[in-house]
Amino acid sequence: MEYGQLKERERSGRVPSGCGVSGIMNRTGKVFSGDGILASICSMTERGNGLGSGYAGYGIYPEYADNWCFHIMYDERKARELVEEYIESRFEVVNEEPIPTRKVDALKYVPLLFRYFLNVKNGFAPESAAEEDYVIKTAMDINRNFKGACVFSSGKNMGIFKGVGNPGEIGEFYRIEDYKGYIWTAHNRFPTNTVGWWGGAHPFGILDWSVVHNGEISSYGINRRYLENAGYYCTFFTDTEVITYLFDLLGRKHKLDFELIGKILAAPFWSEIEREKDERNREFLKTLRIIYSSALINGPFAIIVANSTAMVGLNDRIKLRPLVAAEKGEFIYLASEESAIRLICENPDNVWMPDAGQPVIAKLKG
Amino acid sequence: MARAKSACEFVAERDESRCVKCQACVRVCANDVHSYDGDTGALFSDYSKCAGCHFCEDICPTGALTIRRNLSDTRENANWTKDYIYKIIRQSENGGVLLTGMGNDRPYRNYFEHIVLNASQVTNPSIDPLREPMELKTFIGRKPDRIEFSGAGKSGGHVLKQKIPPQIELESPIMFSAMSFGSISLNACKSLAKAACDFGVCWNTGEGGLHSELYPYSDRVIVQIASGRFGVNPDYLQRAAALEIKVGQGAKPGIGGHLPGEKVSEEISITRMIPAGTDALSPAPHHDIYSIEDLRQLIFALKEATGYVKPVGVKIAAVHNVAPIASGIVRAGADFITVDGIRGGTGAAPAAIRDNVGIPIELAVAAVDQRLREEGIRNQASLIAAGGFRTSADIVKAIALGADAVYIGTSALISLGCHVCQKCYTGKCNWGIATQDPYLTRRLNPEIGARRAYNLLRAWSLEIKEMLGGMGINAVESLRGNREQLRGVGLSELELKILGIKHAGESW
Repeated sequence: MEYGQLKERERSGRVPSGCGVSGIMNRTGKVFSGDGILASICSMTERGNGLGSGYAGYGIYPEYADNWCFHIMYDERKARELVEEYIESRFEVVNEEPIPTRKVDALKYVPLLFRYFLNVKNGFAPESAAEEDYVIKTAMDINRNFKGACVFSSGKNMGIFKGVGNPGEIGEFYRIEDYKGYIWTAHNRFPTNTVGWWGGAHPFGILDWSVVHNGEISSYGINRRYLENAGYYCTFFTDTEVITYLFDLLGRKHKLDFELIGKILAAPFWSEIEREKDERNREFLKTLRIIYSSALINGPFAIIVANSTAMVGLNDRIKLRPLVAAEKGEFIYLASEESAIRLICENPDNVWMPDAGQPVIAKLKG
Repeated sequence: MARAKSACEFVAERDESRCVKCQACVRVCANDVHSYDGDTGALFSDYSKCAGCHFCEDICPTGALTIRRNLSDTRENANWTKDYIYKIIRQSENGGVLLTGMGNDRPYRNYFEHIVLNASQVTNPSIDPLREPMELKTFIGRKPDRIEFSGAGKSGGHVLKQKIPPQIELESPIMFSAMSFGSISLNACKSLAKAACDFGVCWNTGEGGLHSELYPYSDRVIVQIASGRFGVNPDYLQRAAALEIKVGQGAKPGIGGHLPGEKVSEEISITRMIPAGTDALSPAPHHDIYSIEDLRQLIFALKEATGYVKPVGVKIAAVHNVAPIASGIVRAGADFITVDGIRGGTGAAPAAIRDNVGIPIELAVAAVDQRLREEGIRNQASLIAAGGFRTSADIVKAIALGADAVYIGTSALISLGCHVCQKCYTGKCNWGIATQDPYLTRRLNPEIGARRAYNLLRAWSLEIKEMLGGMGINAVESLRGNREQLRGVGLSELELKILGIKHAGESW
């Protein structure tokens, strides 16, 4: 099969994959280099097969902190021309440049990679709709309607870097160690297909959400249709995309905190709800589960979700995938394996295995 | 002209070497198939009267009776089968509409038999329901788009700003279909009502009203408001767990009902609030519902009457335009919609209607669920599917296509003894189910009936849990509308498109 066909398969089908995930956050917002996350994710070699990895960093573009930053990959020049024309029609382009990379021999089929720092054109985002919705619409439009182009990062003062290769190669390629951020997450992928498509690697992101995910969700079919009911169109057909949109819907639109989002995505069992002593709280939990039943994520997962204010780790409700957390001073760590934390943090103050369905929430202070 | 005998469909074959001439068969058969000649001591069976209900076979103490098809046949003819020929013969004698009972028996494509389920392998662990929690709890009612609360905070907890609209809580997504006291016996009603209460699901009065002996089971009853308004009074509405406006029925879309006067006993007369011995006629339409806005008025009249604390649903037959109709019903304020497919059962319906009108429930559920999602209103009403669920797997497939829960009627009656002979309309049900004859109804002990119906609910629920676990799912809500778990086998592209599923062999 040719690369084009393989890519098409990856683009239009759903590919389950096993994975390694890792995340580091400085809760006071101090930025630090990408070295640590690189070392951490690279240590979990058994969790990937060289067919995809990536990084998300927050606080990496301080000079453009107020601009939307799009990372876009193109298969060909033509796609770039069309997309840039479209972007210019919707945004004021503050800066555009190739994403700095270095040559790594092992990486094949490297797409054209550009980043754009943007402002919504005056009067373009209708008053009634949030600017975020306008940005999401633009990203979804490009991903749905422009062949050979893929927006893989679209937040402010954050960026996602990903591709087909092992985490060492991808980190080296994107010069991850050159960036400084206060949250870093990373992903090492073990897909069950042959060749990965660069856009299919993780983290997945929309606005400043980024998600790295280890698992396969068996509720995918209904989660996706629930999101369609709420106006989200899945264009990547990946579990991670669905999880990201669920966070956007529940967190940004329904304004629920991570605690509650955890209780929706990994809902407590009915028997647990019945054991809740406080009647008002029991009623609340029951109502929450009834209303958001289609947002329950079923099947094994361990995810690390981040936005500019927090990093959150969450397991499925019977903990079918590994996730370890650790703390040291201002730092909080999450990873698939404890070793991936101890490698970069020798003497953590506290290391624990989060319980099934119990989110680990690290919030930015102040 | 020689008068043709009515079709002799069955033979009650008697093994003389086993028969001890106890005459049990003579006494039990309501169709008078068997007779005993006191002078000669011979037993005689008039096969032409046999309904094929197997009651005598089951009750014969020596196993001397075997009911089998009558092999007497007309000349082979793909077009003029024996069935059609004898229907015409009957109609040329009586000049009337042919009646029948139970659901459609024509071989329309059963899509459940062309859909297969998924299971986890390697990338996703299957879950053993004997070791891990497996949840079937289901809520029927309108769900808001989002939760509204105040006082978020770890210590203070959350306070709901608004109570969720009324819901009925089911321990399993299986309920007993509407079957009225009248179409079935009070003992059959009691059996189902008790089983539903014991298991934590719901049963349904049909349009027969609520007999006082069924009051103990009214916590879990869905009461129907049908075109005849039989038995509808404030007390009836107040007692119910939920209300269901019956517009149509899968076995007879567009057709009303008719309980002949001879069946309207004293008990039925009281329950239905009509004079004893008069025909109970349900008009084909509700004469106060000629349009969707009229339906809205009735929905809200019922909500007003019950103080907005019970879900009010609408039951319709699955017809061609079912999806837009369902959408209209949701917008008219219904908290749930029941869609009854072409294989839905009945106590009596014209055979021509039952066998030819409506569409299969599989397609209807898929179309309705999809339509409501496209319009962003799927959460505003629950979808209950009805019409021909024969096994737990049919139910799993219906839920994956988009149903919240299902109604079972025929299979519930089979658990009480029914052998689907389709003669419910004669009122001579030997099993004591579809009859009001006290000699027959006392054969059905409601305690035993309730245990058997309960066992069916339990067995199917266990099987559903096994199937869910195999898919790596531990709550039924993650199956609902999850069509990725389904694949078609031998279906055309158009069928797959309507069902919203992929063909077997296609991966995610």
